[in-house]
Amino acid sequence: MTLNPTDRAIIEATQAGLPLVPAPFAVLAQTLGLSEDDVLERLKRLKKLGVIRRIGAAPNHYRLGMTANGMTVWDVDDAIVDDIGQKVGALDFVTHSYQRPRALPDWPYNLFAMVHGANRDEVLAKRDQVAELLGDTCRASDILFSTRILKKTGMRLRRKEG
Amino acid sequence: MTGELTDLDRRLINRLQDDLPLTSRPFATLANELGIAEDDVVDRIRHLRDEGLLTRFGPFFDAEALGGAFCLCAMAVPQESFEEVLTKVNAHPEVAHNYERDHKLNMWFVLATESRSAIRETARAIEQETGLKVLQFPKEREFFIGFRVNA
Repeated sequence: MTLNPTDRAIIEATQAGLPLVPAPFAVLAQTLGLSEDDVLERLKRLKKLGVIRRIGAAPNHYRLGMTANGMTVWDVDDAIVDDIGQKVGALDFVTHSYQRPRALPDWPYNLFAMVHGANRDEVLAKRDQVAELLGDTCRASDILFSTRILKKTGMRLRRKEG
Repeated sequence: MTGELTDLDRRLINRLQDDLPLTSRPFATLANELGIAEDDVVDRIRHLRDEGLLTRFGPFFDAEALGGAFCLCAMAVPQESFEEVLTKVNAHPEVAHNYERDHKLNMWFVLATESRSAIRETARAIEQETGLKVLQFPKEREFFIGFRVNA
């Protein structure tokens, strides 16, 4: 990954968000002393590289009434976890889905899928939908509800010196 | 909480979870789709953000593509020493998120560092300070379709 200083400056300037004005990239460009076209071309390149996933907004689950969240975890044969993971990740109520290593013997699960809902019953009903999708391919599963946020800090790009 | 949302707000929140075009006037595209004025789109997004319904508007970065290392970790913390362990764990600036969950593994946090080796060092330091094992669950594969909830 090659991020030149100008790309880094754009990333740092947009980590807290874009200005909410009709031409946000022009305002950003002005702040950085670049042209709007240059900023847009660089952002397009960063998106092509996968550094930027999308331009948009993230909803606040809690404020939208989605106060329950369950981390559902599944033990799926490694040979098919890729295929199964794609299907689970495509469910519209699954916000994140990952394959992770097991920690045997305590933790046999290799597929994680985060499910949000208005309450625990709703999350459990969604969990059942995942279970149905997995069918016999799932050997064991569990769900871990979060009971308390213990720390939440934004992930920020550290300023590179020099 | 959701009672205060209009249908238009819901459509806007849902649409904003997809990608906006990288063009000079991205909100004009949204305005066309939603059948409202460009200025109204901007005002509504600002309102939703100020009300805390949207966390932020802008580019979403792949944190690892930016050059960092991340790892989900879990610990089984005895109830009687939970707060004491929590203080020690949260004191590490590398701990980005930390959630209590109802399971034997009851503390789940994300370590965010500059390198893979720093993940291992931080996990080891936490183990030494707390006397508890830190299980590491680095992501091997992400099944990323989109981060969305239906408003």
